[in-house]
Amino acid sequence: MNMILPSAISATPNGTTRPQVRIVIVGHVDHGKSTLVGRLLHETGSLPDGKLEMLKAVSARRGMPFEWSFLLDALQTERDQGITIDTTQIRFRTRSRDVVLIDAPGHAEFLRNMITGAAQADGAVLIIDALEGVRDQTRRHGYLLHLLGIKQVAVVVNKMDRVDFSAERFDEISDEISAHLTGLGVKPSAVIPISARDGDGVAAHTPRIGWYKGPSVVEALDALEPARPAETLPLRLPVQAIYKFDDRRIIAGRIESGSLKAGDEIVIMPAGKIARIRTVESWPVTPLQGPQTAGRSVGITLDRELFIERGDVIGHVGQSPRDTRRIHARIFWLHDKPLSKGDQILIRLGTRETRASVVAIDKAVDPGALSNKETNSIARNHVGEIDISLAQPIAADPYSESARTGRLVIEVNGRIAGGGLVLSVDAGQRAMPIDIVPVESALHGGERSARYRHSGAVLWFTGLPGSGKSTLALALERRLFTNGGSPILLDGDTLRAGLNSDLGFSPKDRSENIRRLAEVATHLARNGHIAIVAAVSPAAADRAAARRIADSAFREIYVATPAEICESRDPKGHYAKARAGRLPSFTGITNDYEPPGASELTIDTSSRSVADAVNEIERMLARTGILFEEVADLAANI
Amino acid sequence: MDHLDELEAQSIYILREAFARLKKLALLWSLGKDSNVMIWLARKAFFGRVPFPALHVDTGKKFPEMYAFRDRYAREWDLDLRVDPCPPIDSVDPTLPPAARSAARKTEGLKLALVKHGFDGLIAGIRRDEEATRAKERVFSPRGLEGEWDVRDQPPEFWDHFNASPPQGAHLRIHPILHWTEADIWAYTKRENIPIIPLYLAKDGKRYRSLGDADITFPVASTASDIDEILTELEDTKVPERAGRALDHETEDAFERLRVAGYL
Repeated sequence: MNMILPSAISATPNGTTRPQVRIVIVGHVDHGKSTLVGRLLHETGSLPDGKLEMLKAVSARRGMPFEWSFLLDALQTERDQGITIDTTQIRFRTRSRDVVLIDAPGHAEFLRNMITGAAQADGAVLIIDALEGVRDQTRRHGYLLHLLGIKQVAVVVNKMDRVDFSAERFDEISDEISAHLTGLGVKPSAVIPISARDGDGVAAHTPRIGWYKGPSVVEALDALEPARPAETLPLRLPVQAIYKFDDRRIIAGRIESGSLKAGDEIVIMPAGKIARIRTVESWPVTPLQGPQTAGRSVGITLDRELFIERGDVIGHVGQSPRDTRRIHARIFWLHDKPLSKGDQILIRLGTRETRASVVAIDKAVDPGALSNKETNSIARNHVGEIDISLAQPIAADPYSESARTGRLVIEVNGRIAGGGLVLSVDAGQRAMPIDIVPVESALHGGERSARYRHSGAVLWFTGLPGSGKSTLALALERRLFTNGGSPILLDGDTLRAGLNSDLGFSPKDRSENIRRLAEVATHLARNGHIAIVAAVSPAAADRAAARRIADSAFREIYVATPAEICESRDPKGHYAKARAGRLPSFTGITNDYEPPGASELTIDTSSRSVADAVNEIERMLARTGILFEEVADLAANI
Repeated sequence: MDHLDELEAQSIYILREAFARLKKLALLWSLGKDSNVMIWLARKAFFGRVPFPALHVDTGKKFPEMYAFRDRYAREWDLDLRVDPCPPIDSVDPTLPPAARSAARKTEGLKLALVKHGFDGLIAGIRRDEEATRAKERVFSPRGLEGEWDVRDQPPEFWDHFNASPPQGAHLRIHPILHWTEADIWAYTKRENIPIIPLYLAKDGKRYRSLGDADITFPVASTASDIDEILTELEDTKVPERAGRALDHETEDAFERLRVAGYL
């Protein structure tokens, strides 16, 4: 109970430290949320001088008995109507915690304000009137806690005085709400009988609830843990802005998960550009040494000039978020006009903003209702699952993998109208209009691999012109085919004669050339073939894009023959032409080749035979699960 | 990360969001402890340089120590300082109680400054723990065409996604230290060695906990002569921070009326 956590510690002046935890009080209107908050402050001695007298005066002026809720219901209209309209926050201390209590309105009209309050909480107290029992807002709030990602929930059954402190009535409500919450994947940490007005069960066990043996509300709050930053997850740094106030070009953002430091190799998504962090900038001290962890607002500079913009997400190579144009999400909706299929919306995910359209709606229900009647559109205060097609690619994660980069909000007319969790992203898929329905092969992957004795793969040979890519690719194709496999060669130049004949050699055209190669190769790999791509592919970013398209099927082979040997070979006569100035932007002599940092295999053909190199490639394919073992053994004996 | 690191990182995030999403920002500098921390945070957020003006809407009735502080640190911190005066008391709602009416001059001054400079975002150093209606504020808080706050219809705001599209001619208030407490402000001021106005420290058994206009702001009993002692005092005090601010206490809703009309 008295555990001190290393993070979220409040430094107090006398040298003691206590964790700070934020707790939201939710539940149906009039079930006593604001009263409980008032009582908690009173019981823990947290009220400022004169506050009690003020509340008495304010209550008397309205001809009401003493009203705890007037403490938080600060607005005139709230006091006059006796309801909470907007969320508020107030602080108090328990034995081991600094608590920020968030009071949320229970009226359905103000659900947007309940969400505003609850979204900031580490844990929640769900309050239920003992007389009225579980109501629609009780269920709705329970569902929203789950959608807001709040897993620590304590339930209090209030107004026990109005049911004569009946243990039977308490058990009945306890069973009903526990079943509801468990169905949502939330297990209540405690169910507590209380009378907020009189104080039973709030800080102390009174004889009137003598039959109850669990924790008081204060004890239950003491057991809730502060949320901790996700330092152990992969790095996610959504870019807020690029600052050029002086000669530095600083990329600014907050680390949502993981950590970074100078020297790290990073990838900028969704474009997939690769760079290295040169410095971590700060003020007044700069540069910062050592790792910067999740939660920090940082600024970094890179080792090269890249086009990067607000909304991009920085991750580490090999652990980057997915780039996507299509997202499946579970959302809650707050706008008057229901959300329907075909609606044009604005999505905010991390720092990215993009237009989108709703492609499909599924499981639209009222989470407050007992029945699960599904509707075609998502009405105000209802929830549902949607497929959205984005106008531009974005970097995203499923919520289950990365909570902070796996949630989004939806804006209508410049105002937040809903939000929710990313259930899945279609990696590397372009948005598909509704009327295009892809047809998959009649054979499933296993049938082909059983015959070929290998899985589908994209083998990507990259290296300078003349390094030996094509030679190796041809030898490997022959070897795999001889062994009963299904290799298919995709030569960059060959495809430029047909499929890619509209493309030149500008950086943009080169990227498109690579993208098409990767798409075709991936299609072959998905159908069980080994696509062998031989392409100079000088840009690391283009190769990273190819890797994202092919995903786990991608194997990169860097043919690292020294440049002078490549030029001396000059099999196509390109070096000679380029030296004579008749072949502009030829990679061999313009030094624009970016060598891979982490390819699956590196081969220098100047120091080994073709057969030896092919053996090595086969061993790599066997080791990484593409070739089935006995075939590799056979090959090694040839 | 400790508690102050977390507060700082969140405030920097908010300041950068404001700078990215609004066209013409200003930071309201009231010269008090909170707005000084805010300027410090802005310097951190933007690597030493505050990239928008610091606006002082001047009632002309601040303490002399406050003016001295303003002129010195505007220079030292290389701020783009804009000082705009408030109109005379006659132009202010006469139904307000006297102190509130006096304070409301600032609201009018703010409106004039908004028109003059065309700001679409004002960064203000209010905190939730100061006062009950401020506790209900959003981080990005839209204001109407007349600068008014519609407390009945605040937009939803969650997961650090902010509503940053004010209607044409209206503006947003941005509250980067809404989540800080009075004790946080002092602990951070000490840690970062941020200069303060000496009026906050006890002299002859009294000190100012909150600074406003000299004629409607009063000191509270205190012996705290440095920041450590202020922090120790705050540990046990049951006196609210704004106890010495007359405008808060005249009627039940005086402060709410001020805020709805556009006061901070």
